[in-house]
Amino acid sequence: MTRHLFNSASSRPTASAAVADLRQQIERLERGSRIHETLPFGIEAVDNHLPGGGLARGALHEVIEAGPVAEFAGSATLFTAGIAARLKGPVLWCLTRRDLFAPGLANAGLLPSRVTYAEAGRERDVLPLVEEGLRERGLAVVIGEVTRLTLTASRRLQLAAEGSGVTALILRRWWTVAEKDLVALPSAAVTRWRIAPAPSEPVPAPGLGRAQWQVNLVRCRGSEPRSWILEACDAKGRLALPAALAGRQDPAAARRATAR
Amino acid sequence: MTVQTVGSRRRVAAACPTAQRLGLHAGMAVAHAQAMVPGLHVWDATPEDDNAALRKLARWAIGYSPVVASDPPDGVWIDIAGCAHLFGSEEALLAHLLGRLNNQGVTARAAVADAPGTAWAVARFRGGGVIPVGRSVEAVATLPVAALRIPPQAISVMQRLGVERVGQLAAMPRAPMVRRFGKDVALRLDQAMGHAFEPINPLIPEETPLSTAAFAEPIGRLEALKDVVRRLAEDVCAQLLRRGLGVHRLDLILRRVDQKGANLRVGTAKATRDAQHLAKLFDERLQTVDPGFGIEEMVLIASKTEPLSETQVEARGIAGVSAPDVDMSRLVDRLGAKVGAHRVYRLEPVQTLVPERMVRKVPALAPVTQVTWPENLPRPTRLLDPPEPVVATALLPDHPPALIVWRKVRHKVTHADGPERIAPEWWAGDPDRPSRDYYRLETDRGGRFWVYRDAPAAEGGRWWLHGLFA
Repeated sequence: MTRHLFNSASSRPTASAAVADLRQQIERLERGSRIHETLPFGIEAVDNHLPGGGLARGALHEVIEAGPVAEFAGSATLFTAGIAARLKGPVLWCLTRRDLFAPGLANAGLLPSRVTYAEAGRERDVLPLVEEGLRERGLAVVIGEVTRLTLTASRRLQLAAEGSGVTALILRRWWTVAEKDLVALPSAAVTRWRIAPAPSEPVPAPGLGRAQWQVNLVRCRGSEPRSWILEACDAKGRLALPAALAGRQDPAAARRATAR
Repeated sequence: MTVQTVGSRRRVAAACPTAQRLGLHAGMAVAHAQAMVPGLHVWDATPEDDNAALRKLARWAIGYSPVVASDPPDGVWIDIAGCAHLFGSEEALLAHLLGRLNNQGVTARAAVADAPGTAWAVARFRGGGVIPVGRSVEAVATLPVAALRIPPQAISVMQRLGVERVGQLAAMPRAPMVRRFGKDVALRLDQAMGHAFEPINPLIPEETPLSTAAFAEPIGRLEALKDVVRRLAEDVCAQLLRRGLGVHRLDLILRRVDQKGANLRVGTAKATRDAQHLAKLFDERLQTVDPGFGIEEMVLIASKTEPLSETQVEARGIAGVSAPDVDMSRLVDRLGAKVGAHRVYRLEPVQTLVPERMVRKVPALAPVTQVTWPENLPRPTRLLDPPEPVVATALLPDHPPALIVWRKVRHKVTHADGPERIAPEWWAGDPDRPSRDYYRLETDRGGRFWVYRDAPAAEGGRWWLHGLFA
């Protein structure tokens, strides 16, 4: 009886403290000794969900397009460019196909003067270029466009990124159905994002409103998968919460509140 | 004819053979010459260019002897001691030299003699030739005193005294002669006669910094090769440091036991003399070398260099505080070594609205220009090159499409924005080429397309997909 009392009365705070301590220990184990700062998205719902309050710098992230014409990865490219635009410093973009349109990237705030392109003849030559870039301190982001990213290769890139503090963004592209399955395989990336275009909100006059995306956080180390509908990058690479949703209560928070 | 301005007078500096036949010679006043020959072509003399050309000629002459010096304004010294036998004899060497010069259109006279002064006099006043050993005194005795390389004032004094020939001057009692004409004249006389030693200040040829490693036992393991390259690079960089140079291009020559070899070449975007960095550039390429039975010699050559001054990298205590610009040159070199230098680039804006021509490839380290695109209009992130035809259905001829079929897939358009008319610049290309009407479309599944019609609907314009936003 006394034991029960003891449990209910005083163990709850110590238990939560122990869990927090354990979490910290695990986080330290996972991230290694070097913990880099994070890049917040500037959207409370997203930043609160991500460990560290934003996208971890000095880490590997994957971005996958999931739209009707996913082979061109239009929104995923802009999402990636937006992240690069909000970081300071030169950007290295490793690719095999020349279908990137620089004025489009400039629309997201990534000016052409900041971007150095490295073009590989074959796809398997792209990842060595990315790794080479990740070893150079002072770069803001290294972006690589690849289909295949094995567990070993991604682990290697993650270690290189941790060592130098340069953020690695891998834009997974695919052209055939078989390649689409490759993209779903696990990797050692810290986060995996899946960007799908969503119908934009109608504007009162004929025309086109700001693009909207369904931003899916498919995988995230230290947090759970989540999904948001966000407005696409503005001229400085910032995402935004759509006006119609901004005033609403956070559905997840509301769910938690009702469950309690 | 070229003209040189001396003080306030304009004098003839040199005259071509035709002008000389008309009686013009160096040193006369230009006004006089122009009076003698109406319609004379006159250019300003460029002594600096002449000297540079002379130095070039001297460098060329290193093929005959390692000790060569230019002797402005019109001579080149070649010390052929120990070199003549390579051509057969001194006469053969002289004939060879003059023959090659004549073939190149250079009018030249040459003389071989015991002393530089003798050769100078003989080449200019006796038409050249070979003076046998020990015959210098006879060779110059009959020449005019001008052959002694002495100032014109001294010559005019001698002429007034009736001293015309070198032999006469040499026959004069030494002490009064020195008192009257000065020590310099006596020295020049001795030099011409071969009595006084005259050093030649040789042109030091630019040596290419290189480093060689020969092995007692042939090596073949990649790690060993990398190690040797590292050592060679350190050596070459030490040489570069002494000369204040940086390297732009490096060649590595590997010689195999079976006398076959491999050459590797790496380039750097910016001159550098960082041994570690240079060695790293070779690491990737060394893997492609087939060592066969082993490599017995490796040579590293800095084949293209340029001056590189020291720069302060950091100061004690304030390192990294003011380093806003990241030095990309090393990364660019390493990437270039992997995929080829032309595949590492930046894209620079071009002042145009025609999508295909909006960017220009520039080298990765090219200076950033202030050029921007004319306007910041919505542009897709991916561009199809060339544009792909789509079948579009519009409600009215001038409306944006309501349905497009692209690659056999139907996309129902929910929202559209446009048209944005982009006309080719009138100065570039075909003026009859019609302008394009661009529309941004959003489909029911959220896809965003950038399509255009290549002519107004009334003229039967067709639809093309040019880019994708999403």
